[in-house]
Amino acid sequence: MALQAIAFYLMAAVTIASAFGVVSARNPVHSVLFLILAFFSAAGLFVLLGAEFLAMLLVVVYVGAVAVLFLFVVMMLDVDFAALRQGFAQYMPLGGLVAGILAVEMIVVSSTVATNGAASANDAPAVAIDVSNAEAIGRVLYTDYIYFFQAAGLVLLVAMIGAIVLTLRHKPGVRRQNISDQVARGPKTGMRIVQIKPGEGISE
Amino acid sequence: MTIGLAHYLAVAAILFTIGVFGIFVNRKNIIVILMSVELILLAVNINLVSFSVYLHDVVGQIFAMFVLTVAAAEAAVGLAILVTFFRNRGDIAVDDASMMKG
Repeated sequence: MALQAIAFYLMAAVTIASAFGVVSARNPVHSVLFLILAFFSAAGLFVLLGAEFLAMLLVVVYVGAVAVLFLFVVMMLDVDFAALRQGFAQYMPLGGLVAGILAVEMIVVSSTVATNGAASANDAPAVAIDVSNAEAIGRVLYTDYIYFFQAAGLVLLVAMIGAIVLTLRHKPGVRRQNISDQVARGPKTGMRIVQIKPGEGISE
Repeated sequence: MTIGLAHYLAVAAILFTIGVFGIFVNRKNIIVILMSVELILLAVNINLVSFSVYLHDVVGQIFAMFVLTVAAAEAAVGLAILVTFFRNRGDIAVDDASMMKG
């Protein structure tokens, strides 16, 4: 039990510290790297809770895809990030005050819910005896929530098409391969017989 | 010393607060704002998963999966809009993005 507590405090501390790094780092590349660390240690928290499937999903989707996407965009845009940081010190006191009050309120409410709410009767996390976490999720997801699952796939499809449509652009003057032109090209259009008089060259 | 539901909820609350704080202090840098939104959604996911585990109900984890899906889609579309905006303006300062009205 002590080992679990040590693991929890380690993961929680790393998650919160790296989340703070995300919002306060000067270099946005560092922000993205802190974001990766935050998601990775949050995945560790999920493993501690017994939600292994979501933990692996978090690692694959966030660390593998979303964070790399952020990294690409940050490195691709040639922006003066120092200019974007002005106002940081100006908004810091009020933002810190509001955030502190918000944190205290949320912790008070959530600890009240944890000790008096519906979940307070269950002291320990549910230990799966016969089915693994992934199997338990699959049994519910593919039966009761199948339409929601399909709708989630549709959301991803729309997001993919939207991202492609937004970033696609046609530059004028770019020589592109036109496959239908190439396929339609025959001896009639591709070849010309020119009669050349002796002693003269050919000029196009 | 035993770790209970309240501990996980406290971590989620602090993470959520850091996300809100990040939006407050980085008002011009839209990339950091998007990352703060991701942090907020991560805090929501931690809440959902911990309640799901302590209530012995797997539906919370399924909802967390849907939140994950929507967050990934949001990040993709948000960054695509950002790239397009940068192409048009040559800058990503959001406080003078008022050219987009009308």
